[in-house]
Amino acid sequence: MTKKINLTLKVWRQKGPNNKGVMETYSAKQISTDMSFLEMLDIVNEDLTLSGQEPIAFDHDCREGICGMCGAMVNGRAHGPEKGTTLCQLHMRHFNDGDTIMIEPWRAMAFKVVKDLVVDRSAFDKIIAAGGYVSVNTGAAPDANNIPVPADDAELAMDAAQCIGCGACVASCPNASAMLFTSAKISHLALLPQGKVEADKRVLAMLRCMDEQGFGNCSNERECEAECPKEINITNIARMNRGFLKAALGSRYK
Amino acid sequence: MDWVKGTFGTSIGKKQLMAVTGLGFIGFLTGHLLGNLTIYLGPDAFDSYAEHLHALGPLVNAAEIGLLLFAIIHVGTGLLLFLQNYKARPVKYVGKKWAGGRTIFSATMPYTGILILLFLIIHLKTFHFVDHDNQTISQIVSHAFSSVGYVLFYMFSMIVVAFHVKHGFWSAFQTLGLNHLKYMPTIFVLSALAALAAGFGFGFLPVVSRLVL
Repeated sequence: MTKKINLTLKVWRQKGPNNKGVMETYSAKQISTDMSFLEMLDIVNEDLTLSGQEPIAFDHDCREGICGMCGAMVNGRAHGPEKGTTLCQLHMRHFNDGDTIMIEPWRAMAFKVVKDLVVDRSAFDKIIAAGGYVSVNTGAAPDANNIPVPADDAELAMDAAQCIGCGACVASCPNASAMLFTSAKISHLALLPQGKVEADKRVLAMLRCMDEQGFGNCSNERECEAECPKEINITNIARMNRGFLKAALGSRYK
Repeated sequence: MDWVKGTFGTSIGKKQLMAVTGLGFIGFLTGHLLGNLTIYLGPDAFDSYAEHLHALGPLVNAAEIGLLLFAIIHVGTGLLLFLQNYKARPVKYVGKKWAGGRTIFSATMPYTGILILLFLIIHLKTFHFVDHDNQTISQIVSHAFSSVGYVLFYMFSMIVVAFHVKHGFWSAFQTLGLNHLKYMPTIFVLSALAALAAGFGFGFLPVVSRLVL
């Protein structure tokens, strides 16, 4: 049943990367419970704009839960309290009339706040650029089934490949570590024959890049897998740890 | 030798140092506890165990040097990781809730670690760096545990050790990449058993020693 609810929002407002931010209070009136969280913010922003105030800046793109652009801490939880959802897929029916909702940006040294709830996640792009690819020579397209891949392996690789790079793992980790993201990117390639070829070189390059970005160290707190909207699990981190040992001690790559 | 620095200087490398030294300490604790359980058999058995252990001579010294080295690596790397992790989030959350991954054991690792280090210093001062020529080990132990304050401190410290082992044990396997569909459930159970064994096994020694020694 569609209802209309009234909410109080406490939102992190920060003009720019070098400004100090504060929590500001706003009211969200007559919010339909059919709305998504982002649609609720759209309504609030419309009101703010009409009253001559600066709207709340937040990232979003597909609003279908597959692009990885949106994300904020809602009541202290990455993408809000629902399991396996992105912020755009969090619906207002999960909130009650009169609730106060606290909204903060992802917080990590490696994710600088650009404005309000928008953070700079280019550190993730740098990690991908360091080795999150396969090198393929140009030429005629190879036959689709030239290299046999067991269906179970393909499934496992696809589980890791579901990572949309939203940054919830970093945001929810007590240490702001990017191990779940990096390990998912390493795993979905290392599990397939095409990616296995460069696995040693890849794990070393991506790990060093990850360390350079200023992320924290994993201490197996498991908050990342609990908050990941794609429910990627920490066996990927173990695979990366294993791959690192093999590459560091057993391969010719330094 | 650049690759050595490049390996153990990375975040995973440092954690794997923590894992290997940590598992080393679990091995040591197992031996230490099994030996100390001879207290249950009375002062003669306990003194005889100590005598046989020290008869190993240079092997004991080698083990001591090894343990000291492991301790320096474990504590040093642990502190470094703790500081780096603290710095990785310069602006803290106004309100943060945990999603169910974190446990009281994992959340307190750095603090239980520091408490264990403090305990260790006092422990070595009480039992190791004392006059061993004019008194037997059971006399030293029985004297130390005659103080109720010391017994309470000892028992509290063993609860702290149990907390540290509970997260550290399975965590070491995960960090070394040994997370396997078939074995991980067993490793979790072993983690809890190891914590209970350390907590109860060592924790009850003062009581036993007051009754037996």
